[in-house]
Amino acid sequence: MSAPTTTRATTQLATFWLDGDLYGVEVAHVQEVLRAQKLTRVPLAPPAVAGLINLRGQVVTAIELRERLGRPARPEGADSVVIVVRMHGEAVSFLVDGIADVVHVDAADFEQPPDTLDGRARELIRGAYKLDGRLLLALDVARVVAD
Amino acid sequence: MDGMDDIVEDFLVESHENLDQLDRDLVALEQDPGSRERLSSIFRTIHTIKGTSGFLAFGKLEEVTHVGENMLSKLRDGVLELTPHRTDALLTMVDTVRELLGSIETAGSEGAVDVSPAVAAIVASMEPVAVAAAAGPGTTGTAAPAAAEATEPPATAEGTAPDPVLDDLPAGVAVTEASAVLAEAAEVVDAVPVRRTDQTPPPAPKAPARAAAEEHHEEQAPGRRAVADSTIRVDVDLLDALMQLVGELVLTRNQIVQYVSRQADTDLVRAGQRLNLIASELQEGVMKTRMQPIDHIWSKLPRVVRDLGQQCGKQVRLAMEGNETELDKTLLEAVKDPLTHLVRNSVDHGIETPEARRAAGKPADGVLSLRARHESGQVVVEVADDGGGIDAARVGAKAVERGLVTADALSRMSHSDVLQLIFSPGFSTAAAVTNVSGRGVGMDVVKTNIEAIGGTIEIESEAGRGTCTRLRIPLTLAIVPALTIECAGDRYAIPQVSLQELVSLDAEKAASAVEEIGGAQVYRLRGELLPLVRLADVFGLTSDRHDGHVVIAVLRSEGRRFGLVVDRVINTEEIVVKAVGAQLKSMGLYSGATVLGDGTVALILDVQALARRALRAESVERAEQRAQSQADAHAAGPAERQRMLLAAIGGGRRVAIPLDTVTRLEQLRADSVERVGSREVVQYRGAILPIVRLDRHLGAMPSYGYGEETAAREVLEVIVYADRDRSVAIVVEEILDIVDDSEVLHSDIDDAGLLGSAVFGDKVTELLDVRAAILAADPSFYAFDAPAHPDATGVPTGLLAV
Repeated sequence: MSAPTTTRATTQLATFWLDGDLYGVEVAHVQEVLRAQKLTRVPLAPPAVAGLINLRGQVVTAIELRERLGRPARPEGADSVVIVVRMHGEAVSFLVDGIADVVHVDAADFEQPPDTLDGRARELIRGAYKLDGRLLLALDVARVVAD
Repeated sequence: MDGMDDIVEDFLVESHENLDQLDRDLVALEQDPGSRERLSSIFRTIHTIKGTSGFLAFGKLEEVTHVGENMLSKLRDGVLELTPHRTDALLTMVDTVRELLGSIETAGSEGAVDVSPAVAAIVASMEPVAVAAAAGPGTTGTAAPAAAEATEPPATAEGTAPDPVLDDLPAGVAVTEASAVLAEAAEVVDAVPVRRTDQTPPPAPKAPARAAAEEHHEEQAPGRRAVADSTIRVDVDLLDALMQLVGELVLTRNQIVQYVSRQADTDLVRAGQRLNLIASELQEGVMKTRMQPIDHIWSKLPRVVRDLGQQCGKQVRLAMEGNETELDKTLLEAVKDPLTHLVRNSVDHGIETPEARRAAGKPADGVLSLRARHESGQVVVEVADDGGGIDAARVGAKAVERGLVTADALSRMSHSDVLQLIFSPGFSTAAAVTNVSGRGVGMDVVKTNIEAIGGTIEIESEAGRGTCTRLRIPLTLAIVPALTIECAGDRYAIPQVSLQELVSLDAEKAASAVEEIGGAQVYRLRGELLPLVRLADVFGLTSDRHDGHVVIAVLRSEGRRFGLVVDRVINTEEIVVKAVGAQLKSMGLYSGATVLGDGTVALILDVQALARRALRAESVERAEQRAQSQADAHAAGPAERQRMLLAAIGGGRRVAIPLDTVTRLEQLRADSVERVGSREVVQYRGAILPIVRLDRHLGAMPSYGYGEETAAREVLEVIVYADRDRSVAIVVEEILDIVDDSEVLHSDIDDAGLLGSAVFGDKVTELLDVRAAILAADPSFYAFDAPAHPDATGVPTGLLAV
């Protein structure tokens, strides 16, 4: 899955799967990708907070992206993948279904979020890149992390 | 030299820096003699050196800086004008100070440096007429000892007496240097003649000492770094990062040590032990780099006190104790403002004017004491004054006026509890807003700031004798001792600072000891009712403890005590506090997280937030219940609901006692009852508690009454009623229940000692006239004036602190 690379403004997105859809976050935000981690639950936290993980001694909040985007919970027994992103100097991690490639996307292929997206997810998606035969939804990391 | 104290070293580094600044200031001052700012800066420098030298018992240094300070304060306040002569005198002083510091650095003592010329020059130049005379060498020579004597007699004696240290080599070095510096100074300052040789009484040992000293000096010079060169300034952020890393190392060490302890390989075990040791030492060392003596913030206070005292027309002497007590730099910064506020408060409100003090038979000078010490892993800082003390009655009246407490609740508060009201938000005792305090930044802010760093604050005061505010501050924020507990399968950490004790009840004991009052669980902890909060319930989780055991962590927060029921207690350990992300921070329930020895993340409970959340939620719940029950009792019912404690008094009779008059439920041994005249009393918590037996008081049938039965009984059920500092014990047969008064039928059929009767739970119950019952036990109970003694029993404010 490669996008046409031209001299025009291209962005690198790290892509991942979530409930059958392909999402992307800017590579610059991504610190690392980890296998499923042991989570410490946080009572009374917002539902999207899946828990805390120990990232080499640093305590990092894990956000369940399925919950955040209003998708059904991950099926029992399916391991998540942890994407650690860095926003404003603070590390936060997202739980996703699986990691995919890093792709170059072209601003020319960018479109506003499709109308089919429901309200909650719509606010967190910057828009969609039209790739060959599939849409790549660009996640607004700052908004996902906010509140 | 190796024995040189850390404090002295600190002092030297700081002073050398200050002196450099002083030189610049003095030179600049010559260009611009009218600059108050420069003068103030010089004054501060000299003041700091003086303060510290006084503390370190460098008498000569103190003497010379003392007169210098005197002159500087006059110059600064415009009493004296800066003339070239005075500048010269100041420069001489600076040189002498430098000389003394040099001697302290090399010899560890002030050595034989003679301060009298500098002192004399300053004193002479302070006299408007003596300025010209001071220029003559003859006059100064004779004026010096006299003038010095006038300012500081003991120090002068020490300064001019033959110094035994003179024979020592290092002292000799000091002398050589001193002469050189002085000679140099003499070139510039012609008003101050060099009188070394005739001023130092025994010149004989000096010559050989000097020769040897020069030799010694030369071989020593390249090897030894001056103190100022042997320290570096380090960015605090770097230290923070280092601290964090060491924290990681300690945790990794813990994991390895755990793992290694299961191994049979002795080499591995030995290496593990070494790692353990080194990591501990490293941790300690890195922690030390962040530690600073509290003097860093105290050194600014003499100035504050002095200025404020002048402003308020008060004479205040500042006494400091424990300047060297160290704590983490971050914490030091955090307590700076609260401490300054407390000191200002003491001067402004605490210490009286000299006239008022004399009238009260106290010395005109008020004493403000700052004391710091280490105590069980915390730093205790006290700000105490010997002023007028706090008028608890006024505090109480103000609190009622501001709506912080009800008059009713106030009347039952102990002296010490009333005083703590000062820390309530929206409280300020200053009748008039002064320039100094009462600007809206009250004691509540002080309290909030102190609690924000995990500290506590309390106030003690005795009318006419003074006030003492005590801060307890953790040593460091990065690593805190904590209790790890388990709840619903997860582990949490509770900072030790808010933990008072642990109570473990087995199923059998728990069944009887944990009682329900109106749906809320309480535990009688040594007679005091402790509201219980189940952590699992707060979290909305299901406890995995099903065997009926109850483990209670008794916690204290904001003056309230409550019991946190957890599944089990794991351990007490030092934990490294990690910041949590913004999502969790905003919840306000966790103060951070930590990584436990096995790598698991554990949340650190914010006890204050937990208390607010749980106890408030409880009171909201009750308010709802109350609204519900009032709605049920329809409009005719009394608007005010009262909770009643039901007790049996024998002969099948039951009385109801308003719950808000009950302070404690207690069981007393019958044989502890003693008699005073015709009255029964019991010794209770260091006080004498009058007893009223309700059966006798209300005339329950003596032949069937429990009065006689209880004579045979070993334990008396007692309801303790306390009002301010006085308490009365009401003996009943049995404590039955607590009910709401709003849903019952009342009648005015009554009898002596009763207010009426009502039906509670299908039974007619008499309403006790508590006042009459108490007067029966202690006729003078309500006749007290202002409490004469501070509260000795620590009576809590109410039965249910909600």
